[in-house]
Amino acid sequence: MNDGISRRSFLASGGALLLSFSLRPALAAAQGTPTPKATPPLPGSLKDAPALDSWIRINADGSITVFTGKAELGQGIKTALIQVAAEELVVEPRRINLVTADTSRTPNEGYTAGSQSMQDSGTAILNAAAQVRAILVGLASSRFNVPPDRLSVHSGTVRADDGRAISYGELVAGQQLRMTAHPQSVLRDHNARTVMGQSMQRVDIPAKVTGNAIYVQDVRLAGMVHARVVRPPSYGARLRTLDAGPAEKMPGVLKIVRDGSYVAVVAEREYQAVAAMRVLARGASWDELSTLPAQADLYAHIQRLPAQDSVIFGSSAGPSFGSSAITSTYKRPYQMHGAIGPSCAVGLHKDGIVTVWTHSQGVYPLREAIAEMLRVPADRVRCIHVEGSGCYGHNGADDAGADAALIAVAFPGRPVRVQWMREEEHAWEPYGSAMVSSAQAQLDGSGNIVDWQYEVWSNTHLARPAPAGNLAPAWHLEKPFTPPSPKPIPQPTGGGDRNAIPLYKFQRARVVHHFVPAMPLRVSALRALGAYMNVFSIETFMDELAKAARADPVEFRLRHLEDQRAKEAIALAADRFGWSRYKRQKGRGRGFAFARYKNLAAYTAIACEVEVDRENGQVRVVRAVAANDSGEAVNPDGLRNQIEGGIIQSISWTLYEAVTFDRTRITSVDWASYPILRFPNLPDSVDVYLINRPGQPFLGTGEAAQGPTAAALANAVADATGARIRELPLTRSRVKAAIGL
Amino acid sequence: MITLNVNGVSHQVDADPVTPLLYVLRDHLQLNGAKFGCGLGQCGSCTVMADGQAILSCVVPISVMQGRRIKTLEGLGTIDNPGPMQRAFIEEQAAQCGFCIPGMMMRAQALLERNRSPSNEEILSHMSNNLCHCGTHMRIVRAVKRAAELMKTGNPASGPGRGTR
Repeated sequence: MNDGISRRSFLASGGALLLSFSLRPALAAAQGTPTPKATPPLPGSLKDAPALDSWIRINADGSITVFTGKAELGQGIKTALIQVAAEELVVEPRRINLVTADTSRTPNEGYTAGSQSMQDSGTAILNAAAQVRAILVGLASSRFNVPPDRLSVHSGTVRADDGRAISYGELVAGQQLRMTAHPQSVLRDHNARTVMGQSMQRVDIPAKVTGNAIYVQDVRLAGMVHARVVRPPSYGARLRTLDAGPAEKMPGVLKIVRDGSYVAVVAEREYQAVAAMRVLARGASWDELSTLPAQADLYAHIQRLPAQDSVIFGSSAGPSFGSSAITSTYKRPYQMHGAIGPSCAVGLHKDGIVTVWTHSQGVYPLREAIAEMLRVPADRVRCIHVEGSGCYGHNGADDAGADAALIAVAFPGRPVRVQWMREEEHAWEPYGSAMVSSAQAQLDGSGNIVDWQYEVWSNTHLARPAPAGNLAPAWHLEKPFTPPSPKPIPQPTGGGDRNAIPLYKFQRARVVHHFVPAMPLRVSALRALGAYMNVFSIETFMDELAKAARADPVEFRLRHLEDQRAKEAIALAADRFGWSRYKRQKGRGRGFAFARYKNLAAYTAIACEVEVDRENGQVRVVRAVAANDSGEAVNPDGLRNQIEGGIIQSISWTLYEAVTFDRTRITSVDWASYPILRFPNLPDSVDVYLINRPGQPFLGTGEAAQGPTAAALANAVADATGARIRELPLTRSRVKAAIGL
Repeated sequence: MITLNVNGVSHQVDADPVTPLLYVLRDHLQLNGAKFGCGLGQCGSCTVMADGQAILSCVVPISVMQGRRIKTLEGLGTIDNPGPMQRAFIEEQAAQCGFCIPGMMMRAQALLERNRSPSNEEILSHMSNNLCHCGTHMRIVRAVKRAAELMKTGNPASGPGRGTR
């Protein structure tokens, strides 16, 4: 146990921590021992940030600080990470202080996205905590001169079997340790876990329900001023003239910022900034371009645009189809993140450093983009994550961060809070791409699928900063930045082709991704990326094929699957829904769908029942039942909250949501022109059943419900009405048209 | 100067009388509960109470708020001593990002102050002006029902909520 520990230095003060660690190769080199040739990769994000003290610090006063490069987005990641650390350190969760994404303090874990936080950061903290505990036990072993197997750990104290005990704080007091980080950790027995696997109340909720300052919108710094941006009326608009005179004279106005077509106003009070922005907007005239396609022609337009075609599964020759082949085409509109709170950021330019408080999903990439935009080195910019309204992907958060940086540089010395208006968020956030898919299949005489072909057309699902060209405010500067050419996200995760490869096994299958680089509307990552549309398409097509095969949709899926965990999730959802006992009522129908997110993350099966009002075409989900296997469940209620939320959000997407536009401008500019789900249309119940697998890797689940919900809902509508709708959303007018009213 | 009574405290506010109440609550009085969501009266994030009624503070100018009893989320309790509505939302873990939740709580509070036993349909109908995009609705409805129980039973010790720690 003492192997690898060397006391390098002694802190005379005896005050602070420290445990700090270095990589095995570095230590080995320092000690003159040969570097191991083939070191297994370090787990999770330890790969990219291997120093253990990047993750965990034990302080002499016994307090524990854990660091993560991931950000709380309302998904409950803080609570789950605290549970992971508490479990392996064997301390009470309340003793852990968690520091989240901050370019000056935490590891760089890229974006908080892709349902990857538990795999990346959870796995890193799990292993780091286990290794820190082992080191502390090793220290106690030396101190007590007893072997580690005669020591036990409880509540941050190491005890010997002879009764002697010492706390973590006492063990580390006054010394700095340099340690090796091991690829392999000795984790606690997963059957004896006490914190992981237990539902824990979210640590962020009490402050949120009592009005404590927790959001970036609540940041109030001494001397802070307020800014608003006069956003151009459309993507390509250029400022022709600006009469700033009337706004300059308004009460509280401190500065009008103009850089090319970028216009903003700074005022002492928030509403003074709003009022001045409105006056300023009236004094601006713009040259606009009619560059958008006709909305009615959108899907044909996307398929006409030049595409980069790649066969992502099967052979390029592909299956052959006879006259009895079944073919369907599916459509999904542009859909928005639609954060309830518009984006916001606070910027401060002081002493040559630009600090930005932001709800960005990626503080390090944003720092890089802002530094490029301001033409300064990255070390002159610091980005600190503060929670915002739920984002569900790349929304206006980074752009607001860029606004804060630009305005802070123009108005140095005082913190500047920039709040987007509702119209800006709706019109300027990057949407989830519109998509088209085409599915074709051939059944054999026994009703089994033998040939399968699936093609999907999509813009990019990744246009995040950096670079600066992906920050909308940078497009309008006198020296503008332009967006880089988008690149497809490669398989196995994929972007527009995420989940385009079915998990089902067919004799012959071919899947083609038509990546369309040109972007009529601004797009980027929206929760689940292409998986929402691809799972909707594949899983509704499976229902169409089951019907052709005169098979039960659940049985039909099971017979084409080999993955045992997939089968278990499907069986559980079907059982809890009462699929085999289902009694049809007039005006109602049931639907089923399944996917393994990204084909490598969480398994989710969903059954739902809908009622369809034949008079007005209105659809309501009556009940939804989900089964989810996310590997080891750290906070079961947190998982359920995410899946419940995903189901409800996907119901909203699937029934109501579509961005509208004319040839020049976005016309979905508020909640009246972009309707979403309201309380009266809620299901009666949403039940989530977890398949917990202690000891198994964490499988990301935050985005896993989006696709299966859409397909289960559409399948239920088809079951209720006999009419199949293949274009999203399933609006009242589409339902009425489909059932011939 | 305009005098506003907020959570039982009288405040002299130096602001343009056309200023929407929301901006005065947040910027002048430094209260975080009411949130800016749309500024158009469409989403309910800014909901507060005035004389027991739920109002949209983003579209109501302060000039018409003099002499009215304004209650914000901060008037329901504190983090150390949460009121029944706040306890109910904690016990039901009825938040994801939580941004819409203060508005939800204030609208629900207005309902429960005049009807201690609303039906499910009354709750859904009453809450229909408030938007959530995380999909927390099911938990919000449960929390409102739990709050009604807590208020009826005179704020007793809480039953077991979601998440037992």
